[in-house]
Amino acid sequence: MQSALSPGGPEAALLGQLAWVLFIGAALIFVFVMALAAVAVFSRPRAIDGERWIVGGGLVFPVTVLSVLLVYAYRTGASIADVGVPGALQIEVIGRLWWWEVRYRNPDGSQTVLANELRVPVGRPVELFLTSDDVIHSFWLPALAGKLDMIPGHVNRLVFSADRPGIHRGQCAEYCGRQHAFMAFYVIAEDPADFERWLARESRPAVPPSDPFLREGLEAFMRGGCGTCHTIRGTQADGRLGPDLTHIGSRRSLGAGVLDNHVGTIAGWIADTQTIKPGSLMPETRVFSGRELRAVAAYLDSLE
Amino acid sequence: MTRPVEDVEQTAGSERAWCDPDAPLPNPLPRPPGELERLEKVWEVPKGWRFFTRVNNTYIGMYYTATALLFLVLAGILALLMRAQLAVPENDLLDHDTYNQIFTMHGTVMMFLFAIPVVEAIAVYLLPAMLAARDLPFPRLSAYAFWAYAVGGLAFFCTLFFGLAPDAGWFIYPPLSSYEHSPGLNIDFWLLGIGFIEISAIAGAIEIVVGVLRTRPPGMSLDRMPVYAWAMLIVGGMIVFGFPPVIAGTMLLELERAFHWPFFVAEKGGDPILWQHLFWLFGHPEVYVIFLPAAGIVSMIVPTMARTPLVGYRWVVLAMLATAFLSFGLWVHHMFTTGLPHVSKSFFSAASMAVSVPSGIQVFAWIATFWRGKARLTVPTLFVLGFLFIFVLGGLTGVMVAVVPFDFQVHDTYFVVAHFHYVLIGGMVFPLCAAIYYWAPTVSGRLLSNRLGYSAFALLFAGFNLTFFPMHISGLLGMPRRVYTYPAGLGWEPWNMLSSVGAYVLAAGFLLIAIDLILHLRFTGKVNTDPWKAGTLEWLPLENYATRSIPRITSRDPLWDRPQLREEVDQGAHFLPGTATGRRETIVTSPIEARPQYLLVMPGPSAHPALAGAGTAALFFLLTVKQAVAAIIAAAFTLVMIFRWVWETDRSGRHPPVDIGGGIRLPVSMTGPASHGWWATVVLLLVDGTIYACLLFTYFFIWTVNPASPWPPSGAGLPQPLSGLLETAAWIGSGALLMLANRFVAALPAKRGALTASLVGAAVLALGAFGLGLFAQLETGTRPGDSAYGAAVYTLVAWQGFHSVVLTILAGYCVARIHARLLDPVHRATFDSTRLLWLYAAVQGIASLLVIHLFPRLVG
Repeated sequence: MQSALSPGGPEAALLGQLAWVLFIGAALIFVFVMALAAVAVFSRPRAIDGERWIVGGGLVFPVTVLSVLLVYAYRTGASIADVGVPGALQIEVIGRLWWWEVRYRNPDGSQTVLANELRVPVGRPVELFLTSDDVIHSFWLPALAGKLDMIPGHVNRLVFSADRPGIHRGQCAEYCGRQHAFMAFYVIAEDPADFERWLARESRPAVPPSDPFLREGLEAFMRGGCGTCHTIRGTQADGRLGPDLTHIGSRRSLGAGVLDNHVGTIAGWIADTQTIKPGSLMPETRVFSGRELRAVAAYLDSLE
Repeated sequence: MTRPVEDVEQTAGSERAWCDPDAPLPNPLPRPPGELERLEKVWEVPKGWRFFTRVNNTYIGMYYTATALLFLVLAGILALLMRAQLAVPENDLLDHDTYNQIFTMHGTVMMFLFAIPVVEAIAVYLLPAMLAARDLPFPRLSAYAFWAYAVGGLAFFCTLFFGLAPDAGWFIYPPLSSYEHSPGLNIDFWLLGIGFIEISAIAGAIEIVVGVLRTRPPGMSLDRMPVYAWAMLIVGGMIVFGFPPVIAGTMLLELERAFHWPFFVAEKGGDPILWQHLFWLFGHPEVYVIFLPAAGIVSMIVPTMARTPLVGYRWVVLAMLATAFLSFGLWVHHMFTTGLPHVSKSFFSAASMAVSVPSGIQVFAWIATFWRGKARLTVPTLFVLGFLFIFVLGGLTGVMVAVVPFDFQVHDTYFVVAHFHYVLIGGMVFPLCAAIYYWAPTVSGRLLSNRLGYSAFALLFAGFNLTFFPMHISGLLGMPRRVYTYPAGLGWEPWNMLSSVGAYVLAAGFLLIAIDLILHLRFTGKVNTDPWKAGTLEWLPLENYATRSIPRITSRDPLWDRPQLREEVDQGAHFLPGTATGRRETIVTSPIEARPQYLLVMPGPSAHPALAGAGTAALFFLLTVKQAVAAIIAAAFTLVMIFRWVWETDRSGRHPPVDIGGGIRLPVSMTGPASHGWWATVVLLLVDGTIYACLLFTYFFIWTVNPASPWPPSGAGLPQPLSGLLETAAWIGSGALLMLANRFVAALPAKRGALTASLVGAAVLALGAFGLGLFAQLETGTRPGDSAYGAAVYTLVAWQGFHSVVLTILAGYCVARIHARLLDPVHRATFDSTRLLWLYAAVQGIASLLVIHLFPRLVG
């Protein structure tokens, strides 16, 4: 699911094909040169025309092979670097200290904000607008696209598409400090109709809880100060430092790929952040009683 | 007064007696009694606790190499820790803070404290022997470079034990490495530590360049020079142009960290990409700085082991030159994923592929040499063959990562980790092992153990491939670099386990070599051995004074072409069989055809270089930990030590020309453009000018990243044109005074007063120009912290100020020498160097004024 060798879309397939051409070509050249070296070392001395070998093997041969390769590589590069494709789904992805802020650009000019997960419709090109406002990160999605850096002050554009439904993992590729190792995300490619349904639901604010236990959870969430950093649209929580939690219950993972997402891991994450992801900017929240913690976790889990 | 080269007197013999194979031997045999004893006495090495005062290149070279190998071991241990951590997923052997420091230090130490120093160290040890020079031209400079590196490097390494080691990767990209995200001292240790180790590397490069060009034996024209000497000459040149960008970069990043000058801060008009350009402008040539000497080593060992001259000598030298040239056009391939335009990426992709061509030429030259000859499968041969296997594979993956779309996938993954370990360990460490086994007899007079050598090779070769080949696969399976651990279930586990096991096998191989060296390597200072029956001069009988006499060279493989040369040289039948002036000396020859020009009298043992080196290291460390008072004391101590050391130089005395044999009489010491001191100063100015070019690049780069805003950016004002005119006048006046002083020097001792006055006046003008420039800049109301523009402009002003201060110190030093009567029309190297630096600084100052005053008015 995070392999450059099992592509899930046309752009990644082109990259994969290029990779195999390179591997096979390199293997042939390697075997040839090594065989030549072995013969040279183990054969009896021969008055060969050394200059001819140098010019032929060291100059003419590589220049020919590399020229062909350069043209092939240029054409492959040109066919995947198509930014500004009409009709592309546009998503801004902002690298943060060890998580990903994801903002869908809606046709009406509004944005749908989520974190650490992208859903994309099969068959439709996706154009990402990548940037960062802290340090340099790199968005790497091996199975669908290559990677592109997220640099403060720059917006880099990356186009890819998926040609079949599937779940792919990606990860930050540019070393970005303490928790670079756990800065992952998931891309879920799904049927266009499913995608539209998902996006519509994702764009709506959270539904106020009717269940008393969940309401208790929301109250504890607000009392605990979680809203200082997190937003839950439809509530008073409007913090911007951490991920938007409006529909956190529908996501695959917590902490940018550190944990699976269910009510138990949510509780564990809240109470034990610094053990699960040491150095993370989210402080451990130990103000809750056991019941409150369970209520908060149940409430968040219900936000689908 | 310049003494022209034609002054070399020929008293007898043919016009070209210094390179004519048919001329009689330069000196008659037997040699007079006492000559050898006097030579031995002059080159005697201080014993016991005074070991740190030794300056002989053999001793400094050995210390230097041993220290570099120590860092290989230390950084290797860090690698073993990393492999232990990564052997299994979600391991908690090391926490993220420790791991991040360890991987940063592994890269930093391997590159800056092992690879570059070991390359220079071997050259310091080997080059004089290979060139039959008695020593390198500036023995105390090598001693200083070594001690600064050893003391500073060890202190830098020790930051690991205090949790203060840098932790932002060996490339320390801002913003991660800047004040906001790395507030601790860790990054400062990197910047100051590495900055000053670069300075030590540049000192070494100056020594090597001047040594190769000017201290070759008579008759060793450039096309007869051993390939290794070519490699080191080219590498020296690469260091001169390749290391300044990182020195400039570290200055800028330290200014940003310490004083918040926002070069790399996007909100203030800076750009983090600027750092990447400066770093990789250094970083890529640096890879070839490491590889070319190794290629040179291979080109020495292959002909010896195949018992036939290197096939395609000219091709190999041209290939190395081409590599050096191309290596300066590749840096952007480290930045393919930063979002550059497709077309510019294609240009750098093509250049990156092109650099594999010269390597291919060399590979085929080695294969052809083996083919022509009969290979002996000795330990060095095995390491060379292992090198060939690993390096060719690494070269092929290098072509792959040069392919831009492929790099989109593998950049910053374990695939790249595999690639560069193939080219660096394969391309450099294997030839280094070959070199150790090949040249060990020049140290101890006997071979290292064959049994240990073969076993070490087997372990290293198997361990290396077991460690690094699986990394190609883990990278393609999606594993990024620089992660302190990884989750299970992504298919990375078996490949990481293989790599970890391999790392320990590799370590066992190194351990065997270490055991072999400890058991069998003894530095005797006196060897007479030629175990491989090689063709080059380092296999002549060697003592502290190098060879007894300096051979007349008439071909590329002198020991093969003239079997009696060993005997002749050792009996003193060639040039300069004793000491002509009663001091340490070697012959300086012309740079191209190696015609004898003058006798270079060299300084002997001294404690000052070592003390100055330790003082420099202390200075940088005290600055890092912000101990201002102690740092000032260390700076003063260092300056005093440096002045005491150079105070004793350039004092050959008024010695009449001496006879070196073959009817050649050489002047003792030389002034002007033909002298080695002049050449060294010119090389230093190339370094200085390249740093300055990087600062200009910074200014213009910042201009290009702010295309929408006016220039200077709104809110920043320009200094008054009048101040610019006055400063220009001051620099012109200052330079003119130096030209005037030049006349007075020729008239010394008569014009002492006028000379002193002109030097003092020139210094006043230089300082005045700086003060005026700073004042005019402050008047605008712009401060360096306001914007990247402000930071860039104040950097240009400060850089010029630094020159004004250095020139003032040098002027004071010249005045002191004038009044101590150490400066006269013959002994004037101090003044000549000062004058060159001064004229350069004046031009640089005027260039900065044009940029600061004129450019904004043109584009604004």
